[in-house]
Amino acid sequence: MTDIRLNAAKVEAEAAGRPSRRPSQFRARERAAWGFLAPALIAIGLFFCIPVAAALLLSLTDFDIYALADLANLRFVGLQNYERLFANPLFWGAMRNTGLFALFGVPLSIAASLLAAVILNDRTVKWRPVWRVIFFAPFVTTLVATAVLWNYLLHTRYGVINWAITSVGLPAVDWLGDPSTSIPAILMFVVWKIFGYNMLIFLAVLQTVPDDLYEAARIDGAGPWSRFRHVTLPAIAPTVLLVSIISVASFFQLFAEPYVMTQGGPAQSTVTVLYFMYEEGFKWWNLGSASAVAFILFLCILAVTLVQLWVAKRVGAYE
Amino acid sequence: MKPRALLLNLAVAVIALVVLFPLAWMVSVSFMSTGEAANFPPPLLPSTWTLEHYRELFVTQGMGRYLLNSVVLATLATILALLFTVPAGYAFAKLRFRGRERLFQLLVAALVVPAQIGTLPLFLMLKGMGLVNTYAGALVPWLASIFGLFLVRQYALSIPDEMLEAARVDGASEGQIFRRIVLPSLKPIVVTLALFVFLGSWNDFLWPLIILTDQSNYTLPVALAALSREHVQDIEMMMAGAVITVAPVLILFLALQRYYIRGMLAGSVKG
Repeated sequence: MTDIRLNAAKVEAEAAGRPSRRPSQFRARERAAWGFLAPALIAIGLFFCIPVAAALLLSLTDFDIYALADLANLRFVGLQNYERLFANPLFWGAMRNTGLFALFGVPLSIAASLLAAVILNDRTVKWRPVWRVIFFAPFVTTLVATAVLWNYLLHTRYGVINWAITSVGLPAVDWLGDPSTSIPAILMFVVWKIFGYNMLIFLAVLQTVPDDLYEAARIDGAGPWSRFRHVTLPAIAPTVLLVSIISVASFFQLFAEPYVMTQGGPAQSTVTVLYFMYEEGFKWWNLGSASAVAFILFLCILAVTLVQLWVAKRVGAYE
Repeated sequence: MKPRALLLNLAVAVIALVVLFPLAWMVSVSFMSTGEAANFPPPLLPSTWTLEHYRELFVTQGMGRYLLNSVVLATLATILALLFTVPAGYAFAKLRFRGRERLFQLLVAALVVPAQIGTLPLFLMLKGMGLVNTYAGALVPWLASIFGLFLVRQYALSIPDEMLEAARVDGASEGQIFRRIVLPSLKPIVVTLALFVFLGSWNDFLWPLIILTDQSNYTLPVALAALSREHVQDIEMMMAGAVITVAPVLILFLALQRYYIRGMLAGSVKG
């Protein structure tokens, strides 16, 4: 802070020493800067900073449908919302389901992205730019619409997926109706939708690996697997690590998938933390308790992000 | 060498099939006559092509209204987001003002906080302002995009200072410099940001679900989610609804994919 102020003072002093109109110009520029900034900063303050801070406060109150009608019914309850949540098996179920989504979803989606990227990076593949765009396309589609679509692909009686399974002689699966297959079924859809995103990031990194390295490995007699293991993987490992951690945070925020495909069922097996928050807040109007859920979710994401920053620093240190 | 190339191209074809088949099937089923998709094995193409489900969606289900809501909201969100974030991103990159570094660090730190955390208080705030169930309420989150500001700043850093200084020496005001020099050189990132916001607003679900309480204000995703709960059996009609929802964004992405992909990589790999 002092540095900036000193610099500013120095610039103004220098400017004042000259016969030109520099000081007024300097002030005009500062005024212009604040003019450019004001709308964005006011919007961020009003609609982002205040609500986030208020979420913490709200989570310490018993804000419910009575308070919504009349604020006089609002009481400060300290950590009671948190205590009640920690004693609620439904909340722990939501935490567990979200954990399962992340635990299986992250490795699956990263593996799919990496596989597609390594294949597409090969020079013998034709029309690579076309495939790149096609593989990415599901990512930009509307989540709700493709979730509705996958409901039918996963349909027990008429679905294409069960048709493929039964045609190789396996029994049909009640994908979205059985608590043991509902998470895998939703994960199939999620991986289909998002793998193109990380694939593009991996492709960008793979393209920075010089061809000479592969050539040299080939001359040394390295096979495809050994080339992947000793050339590709070291080059891409830091990115894979970072992308995995970022993916964990995004798997923590699943909401529309269970909302559209299963409504949290069967037997609460696909209720995620965000879905739980939505129901608590906007179905039962327990806004205090829902804010506590939001805040716990935030702490989980923050923890993941801190790990990510720490890893990024460590990885950076190697280079 | 030959079998290897064949194998890889075959693998690409298989992935492409897995990626494209659901979307192609969605389009195909939307043209089937009622009940045709509920057969085993699932039919790939309609026996007779019909537009009846599109007609029903628009005539009796109010799809035109939802489509209009989505188009208007996504367009307004894009315009507002650009008006708010582009000048601010430029100011952070190129204009000197007191406290710039500290303010910027604060914003970068705030990127860690997912916006969903503030959803409930924001809803109460807008309720107090009478903005629940209005376009304005649905648009509010798009005004405060720290990510957009960050994206513009990164790009604006590459504008040469000499160019701006030269304009100042010639007596141009800061506003003129922004309009005549900065905006034209920011064009690629402005297109990218516009595309991000438009697609983001179009595809958004949780916020419009909360804030747009009246059916006549629903956007396509909210309407589609509600329809799919009522009309589980009507596979063909639901697929027609999905096509109407997905087609605009998919076409927009394909037309401008260069901008989208470049911006995405700039925001993730380097940032």
